[in-house]
Amino acid sequence: MAKGFVAITVERCKGCGFCVEFCPTHVLALSSAYNSKGYHPPNVVSAEKCSGCDLCGMYCPDFAIYGARYAR
Amino acid sequence: MNEMTLEIPIEIPADSHNPVEPFLRMERMPHIWCPGCGIGTTVNCFTRALLESKADLDKVAVVSGIGCTGRVAGYARLDSFHTTHGRALPFATGLKLANPELQVVVYSGDGDLFAIGGNHFIHAARRNMDLKVICVNNLTYAMTGGQTAPTTPGQVISATAPYGVFEPSFNLVALAEAAGASYVARWTTYHVKQLARSMNEVLNKKGFCFIEVLSPCPTLYQRRNKMGDGLDAMKFYKQVSKIRNGAPTSECAISKAGEIVVGKFVDRDRPDYLELLKAQMSESLGDRYAEPHCVSEDGGCCEGEGGSVCNG
Amino acid sequence: MHADPKGVLTGVHFLDGDHACCEGLLAAGARFSAGYPITPSTEVVERFASRIPTVGGVFIQMEDELAASIAIQGAVWGGAKAFTVTSGPGFSLMMEHIGYAAMTETPCVFVDVQRGGPSTGLPTLPAQADMMQAKWGSHGDYGIIALCPNSPQESFDLAITAFNLAEEFRVPVMIMLDECVGHMTEKVVIPEADQIEVTPRRYTKKAPGEFRLFEPQADQVPDMVRAGEGYRFHVTGLTHDERGYPSMNLETQDRFVRRLQDKVKPLANGRAICETEDLDDAEVVVVSYGITSRVAQRAIQLARARGIKVGKFRIISAWPFPEQRIRELAGRVKAFVVPELNLGQMALEVQRAAAGKANVTPVTHAGGSVHNPEAILKAIEESVR
Repeated sequence: MAKGFVAITVERCKGCGFCVEFCPTHVLALSSAYNSKGYHPPNVVSAEKCSGCDLCGMYCPDFAIYGARYAR
Repeated sequence: MNEMTLEIPIEIPADSHNPVEPFLRMERMPHIWCPGCGIGTTVNCFTRALLESKADLDKVAVVSGIGCTGRVAGYARLDSFHTTHGRALPFATGLKLANPELQVVVYSGDGDLFAIGGNHFIHAARRNMDLKVICVNNLTYAMTGGQTAPTTPGQVISATAPYGVFEPSFNLVALAEAAGASYVARWTTYHVKQLARSMNEVLNKKGFCFIEVLSPCPTLYQRRNKMGDGLDAMKFYKQVSKIRNGAPTSECAISKAGEIVVGKFVDRDRPDYLELLKAQMSESLGDRYAEPHCVSEDGGCCEGEGGSVCNG
Repeated sequence: MHADPKGVLTGVHFLDGDHACCEGLLAAGARFSAGYPITPSTEVVERFASRIPTVGGVFIQMEDELAASIAIQGAVWGGAKAFTVTSGPGFSLMMEHIGYAAMTETPCVFVDVQRGGPSTGLPTLPAQADMMQAKWGSHGDYGIIALCPNSPQESFDLAITAFNLAEEFRVPVMIMLDECVGHMTEKVVIPEADQIEVTPRRYTKKAPGEFRLFEPQADQVPDMVRAGEGYRFHVTGLTHDERGYPSMNLETQDRFVRRLQDKVKPLANGRAICETEDLDDAEVVVVSYGITSRVAQRAIQLARARGIKVGKFRIISAWPFPEQRIRELAGRVKAFVVPELNLGQMALEVQRAAAGKANVTPVTHAGGSVHNPEAILKAIEESVR
């Protein structure tokens, strides 16, 4: 089970790619799907690697994603 | 599509929320910043710093000037002021002096703070006014279409320098140090952790504190100079930045493609404006000195030290 | 509400207009000022700098008038009563921020001790050539209030009135002195604090969730707030809605900008502040303000001695222009004579209000000194010929 999780608000994403690039464990990838504005939001491709570090959340200029640790 | 199709299902706890949301006027989202603009990234860092410093948010005020970064004031769910171009610092000065209990943060851009606002910057720094200045430096006047700013490096193409900038550009950290700032640091939007840490440091430090944050302007600066998009700028920052805490600010100039020196350069303790004011007045006036008490319950009457009598 | 005795220098004094103005501002409760030196206004803030540390407040000399004119607004939003002081060239520099104060409905006071212009002009000599600028100097449509004292005593009294009106209407108020009034020394009586009525800032009684910083009350004026109380309010110079959020559409612009002008309209009508004499049977009325009204008084005396039925209308609140009173007078007098230390500014307003029903004779003066009473007398005589 992963240490953390990410939550994505798809409609806010503007497909900048920061989260995908700077996730230390490569949890994310830009999807081929579109949101209603035509941007490609990220997709979680390796959920089990997520540590909940929230670097994605700190990078996201559109406040469209954040990560957190699961409470134990 | 309106919902994510995830390859692997993720369990998201029901009580979790994006840590930035309580700090934003969510009814005003989405914001106006472009895809790949770094201003939102700096806001995330500021949010984390506010949380970490355990600031009383009712006492934090954000003052901005005009420009893309100036729009931060409008999105922050704090007492916030979107003032005139270049004049955030003098407004912030009045705000702070009237109510020193406030933590006053000036959040503005490079053009606003250093071109039209340049004079106010050097004087606020000189006075060591207890203000925390976050300067998002995207090396251009973004809001108005990407004109040359005093920070735009040489050879860059801008809207008002279609054949390339030839003017020497400012080294903001050197300027801030020379003007008298008590804290001077520079980061980029790539350095989110360090930036949040610096912001937290200044929230706990008295005096004039200055943090420069280099940030991409993909729509204008990047595009006109064929430097890619916001992500390309972030990768560029990662590649050419060197963390040199304590480096002499005179060695930290920025050029179009050269090394970017980041880090904390100045962190000194000097009495701030109000401390100097009170010390001087106490010495000159002794017992006759009445501590400044500008704020009153109704704007007309001071219930200050000594107890005044107000009928009404 | 009564004045705070800490700021009231009760007694009989011998002061010039600048100094008396400072005492009035202190008596009104001003506890923050930001200024920049400019002749002939500097004494106002020099005295404030000297008085405020024992009263309890802050004076800061800023790096320029641009800074001073907005530092006071920051102080207002921090909860203080604040003012700045300047003369012509500085007044010009302050124009953007006067517009900002009007747009954000920030109650504050700007004192302009007028001197010869344009440009650097005559730094040490009087004029009244900033009058139109007081109303129209910033870009866009907006309303302000402007008061014209004609003596050091009035410089004291009207400073209090200025702050009271600023708080009542949530608007910037100009006090238009001139170098002569500013530098003439006369008896100034400052009463006891409990004899001075001060209008308190109308802070909202609503809770943070409910309060809207730009929602007008019945008098078209919104309630105020100050930073640090948990209201999490937003102030912007962009066209904004009742919440204060940018709302840049036609409907908001129309509603908002019209209200900025409409809210001060009472001063154009029944609330106009003026001093009148012998209007009942007047055939000609001398309309004047500031130092010129003192000279006009002499001309009026001489004219009456020659049997001319001349009345006096001294403008004290120049903006909004007292058009209702002038319009009413225009219906029954032959002429207005308007002496000013300028080439005709308030005369234009008199003409506008008179709407052709009475002749308007400006008695112009390029500035630098006061009129010769004979010049005004001549105009009075000619206007009834």
